[in-house]
Amino acid sequence: MAIQNLETHFQEKVDQEIKIEPKDWMPDAYRQTLIRQISQHAHSEVVGMLPEGNWVTRAPSLKRKLALLAKIQDEAGHGLYLYSATETLGISRSELIDQLHSGKAKYSSIFNYPTLSWSDIGAIGWLVDGAAIMNQVALCRTSYGPYARAMVRICKEESFHQRQGYDILLTMCRNSETQRQMVQDSVNRWWWPSLMMFGPNDSESPHSAQSMKWKIKRVSNDDLRQRFVDMTVPQAEILGIKLPDPELKWNEERKHYDFGNIDWDEFWRVVNGHGPCNKSRMEARIKAHEEGEWVRDAAMAYAEKQAERQDVQSKIQYS
Amino acid sequence: MDSNLKKFILRLADDSMILGQRLGEWCGHGPVLEQDIALTNIALDLIGEARNYYAYLASVEGKKEDDYPMLRLEREFYNCLLVEQPNGHFGDSIIRQFLFDSYHYYILDGLKSSKDETLAQIAEKSLKEARYHLHFSGEWVLRLGDGTEKSHNLMQDSLNNLVEYYEELFTPAPFEVWCMEQGYCPNLNDVKDKAIGYARQKIEDATLTWPTEYFSRTGGKAGIHSESLGFMLTELQYMQRAYPSMNW
Repeated sequence: MAIQNLETHFQEKVDQEIKIEPKDWMPDAYRQTLIRQISQHAHSEVVGMLPEGNWVTRAPSLKRKLALLAKIQDEAGHGLYLYSATETLGISRSELIDQLHSGKAKYSSIFNYPTLSWSDIGAIGWLVDGAAIMNQVALCRTSYGPYARAMVRICKEESFHQRQGYDILLTMCRNSETQRQMVQDSVNRWWWPSLMMFGPNDSESPHSAQSMKWKIKRVSNDDLRQRFVDMTVPQAEILGIKLPDPELKWNEERKHYDFGNIDWDEFWRVVNGHGPCNKSRMEARIKAHEEGEWVRDAAMAYAEKQAERQDVQSKIQYS
Repeated sequence: MDSNLKKFILRLADDSMILGQRLGEWCGHGPVLEQDIALTNIALDLIGEARNYYAYLASVEGKKEDDYPMLRLEREFYNCLLVEQPNGHFGDSIIRQFLFDSYHYYILDGLKSSKDETLAQIAEKSLKEARYHLHFSGEWVLRLGDGTEKSHNLMQDSLNNLVEYYEELFTPAPFEVWCMEQGYCPNLNDVKDKAIGYARQKIEDATLTWPTEYFSRTGGKAGIHSESLGFMLTELQYMQRAYPSMNW
């Protein structure tokens, strides 16, 4: 079949909501877009373990410590499914990790902000996981089968994390004024970066149109951001917390909340490597990888020895 | 509850708590994502087990489970020295884990028949997890011991360093002697025979050599710890110390 026909056939399948599977023909640009997007998502899960891991040893109770450990473990698991989903597109996990470490691949900028207090762990669950879910629910219907299926599983766990984060904050806000102030401080720091998680405004997002046509992306950045704001404002009211945006107010005509302008200079500054923790996050990942090299080498060497031993064993058995 | 039994329960709890806390430090820094998950899993099991013991004591003494890990002083912790040793490299953590697991599995197996029913129930539950831990750490002892020359040498060094802390696990403190006599604690000599037998065989299978000359260190069961425990408790107890009497 000529390339043009293949492309037409591909787009027809996408339009009919038939999932694209690993062995199906797909345009190279579709494949590359998916590799970029899914691996970026996988890297975000793995780098995201660091700011939360920062509080594992200091969690305020055993119950919270266990919940935090379990949450981070889930995130490592999400990283694994997503690396596997990316591998179905013909690239290895080690190549993907090299891309992360060389700076070629990005991860969500939100993880370049520091976790400075225990309530930041609650704020990450509530706001960061909350924003991620908005995006991920939409991705459950994405056109690439392995990605969509990974997302279904991930969404279930993420919504649990979000409730857990909110529960941390609610417990604190109801307990004492000191704790409520700690929550307010966390929300002041995490609110705007959370809104930035949806990416640039639609008018500034050059890849979006093609991704929407291929149904990789199902809802635009600005629509997802609006959904997130609409969902979050009433939750903040229950907490008794003020979201740090003087322009935030209900618009009766639009039936949505209006909100202030995002500081896009800050967004690009962090994307381009100048956030508070970009360097330390990457250093931590690279250190773990380099220090683990002898472990991976030994595991490979041992597996090869075992295979040889089995080979010799079976030859003896059948000779 | 007799003070000897109380100390024994705290000892069981503190071993699992402190090792779980150490493993938690690995979170996000493991050599491979799969191993990061596995170490976190073991941390979850161990801290979960510790929580069961603390909750038991709390119910007897009218306290809260968090009072035990979060508000006791260094000298009031009865964990053995092995579990508080720093993580070091992955091989150090694996040897530490393997030595502990070999003891942990067999003591839990014995505790199933403890005269104290609650302890017996906790042991029954935790034994399933401990079996998995022993399998996991044993497999890694094999892989790293019999992997490359570099990994073999690193593992031998780890074993040489950490074996000093092994025998403390089986050396009964006065409160354990009492608990053995009363049928609360299994005979630690029996536990030792089974654990050391298993451990030495696995070490040999991994082409490593069990050290013949070493000085056995003790003190943990009497609350005399290595310098590193104080720093661990500083982190573990930070929130409860900085914000006394608050709920989280």
